[in-house]
Amino acid sequence: METVKKHFFSDMGVMLGRSMRHIFRSMDTIVTVCITPIAMMLLFVYVFGGAIQAGTDNYVNYLLPGILLIAIASGIAYTAYRLFLDKQRGIIERFHSMPIARSAVLWGHVLTSVVSNAISLVVIILVALVMGFRSSAGVLPWLAVAGILVLFTLALTWVAAIAGLSAKSVEGASAFSYPLIFLPFISSAFVPTDSMPRVVRAFADNQPVTSIVEAIRALLSGQPVGNEIWIALAWCVGITLVAYIFAMRAYKKRV
Amino acid sequence: MQTAQPKSIQVKGLQKTYKQLHVLKGVDFEVEKGSIFALLGSNGAGKTTTVKILTTLLKPDGGTVTVGGFDVASKPDHVRQSISLTGQFAAVDEILTGRENLIMLAKLRHLQNPRQIADDMLKRFGLTDAADRRASTYSGGMRRRLDIALSLVGQPQIVFLDEPTTGLDPEARIEVWKIVKELAGSGTTVFLTTQYLEEAEQLADRIAILHEGRIIASGTLSELKKLFPSAKVEYVEKQPTLEEIFLAIIGKKEAM
Repeated sequence: METVKKHFFSDMGVMLGRSMRHIFRSMDTIVTVCITPIAMMLLFVYVFGGAIQAGTDNYVNYLLPGILLIAIASGIAYTAYRLFLDKQRGIIERFHSMPIARSAVLWGHVLTSVVSNAISLVVIILVALVMGFRSSAGVLPWLAVAGILVLFTLALTWVAAIAGLSAKSVEGASAFSYPLIFLPFISSAFVPTDSMPRVVRAFADNQPVTSIVEAIRALLSGQPVGNEIWIALAWCVGITLVAYIFAMRAYKKRV
Repeated sequence: MQTAQPKSIQVKGLQKTYKQLHVLKGVDFEVEKGSIFALLGSNGAGKTTTVKILTTLLKPDGGTVTVGGFDVASKPDHVRQSISLTGQFAAVDEILTGRENLIMLAKLRHLQNPRQIADDMLKRFGLTDAADRRASTYSGGMRRRLDIALSLVGQPQIVFLDEPTTGLDPEARIEVWKIVKELAGSGTTVFLTTQYLEEAEQLADRIAILHEGRIIASGTLSELKKLFPSAKVEYVEKQPTLEEIFLAIIGKKEAM
């Protein structure tokens, strides 16, 4: 037991190395993850943007936080996909019949998800800069933004792990991400919620994406963040905990 | 905790139930150290379930299972130190090269010189030329060889092969047989499951027939042959093949 515990980090390092190789050998996954959010950003800024009353003179600034969340929501679908393949091809069984830390297999996928999503986010932010995104934020607010984005990635990655581990088909493993990608549209990510009908607005104001978007937007524009950041953090941590428990249950049940 | 144990594997009264389905209803067998043991049965007989329990992937619902001197339920980590599993589907990482697959396994077994180990294995399994190609480009036979090579990294004492030749062409099948024989020759215990009677006949020192959750016959090939009434009044003396024995025993049980 002790030897197994001692090797957790080296085992996880091997697992991380493995799935990072997967990502760099199939760059199309990163391109796919980046392309849709970038296309949306172009569409909203240069096509709809002129007609949208967001109460801001720089719509790219307004839009970027929501775009980043959409990118994460589509990026984690690949984590579900990779986990599903490992399960289906017996690779998880091979690892589990070996004297290694079992949870390292799952954590390797989770860390890979965080790293690959971070790469996508950097690419998207660079494109946004070209499109006129500007931020007055200093180092600390940027670190806070990075922290929120990592937490949001972790939260959704654990949701993806549930899907990947319990899915019966490849399609099923990634289909769960569509509603997640849609969530930012019914939030303050693209337009302020004031103009929405009462029921929709009630939903939009109280779902996780709105508070996360508001917190990131405030941080990037150098505004005071207020309560939004705590609500955003509570959502991220809450989703992570609940999803982690269910993912672990699915993981133990499958093997 | 390790007692003087001449047997590599001891299974007594093993039971397993999936929801309503009673898959194993009291399975008993023993495997001698350094021997090749074949668990024979049709699809759905419970072979894979048995392998999964013996390799600590599933927990038994009843009975005791000792592998390499340790109980699989209470000491799974100790069991994992001495076993390896080659599952029904070649569990190789297709995006990695053959060499990278082997290095990864050597690292996970915390061995010294993973690169050297990988080189040796590639040579031993005739994969040196394909070493730096992605495993997705390998033929079925090559993939299976890599799969078995991965299992042998770190020289486990007990090797489990779950239907190692299912889906292979005859040539690749003979290659796998050769590997299995060499393994047993070097003192490794081999536990294999198969639905091919010829395979059990070719390889196994002892054969156990698993049918509807129970071992209905076990022994050496010649012992099993004795169970079958030998042919009479024939111009040419005809030995029963293992296939006939298998079908006859199953038929008898079902008639009861």
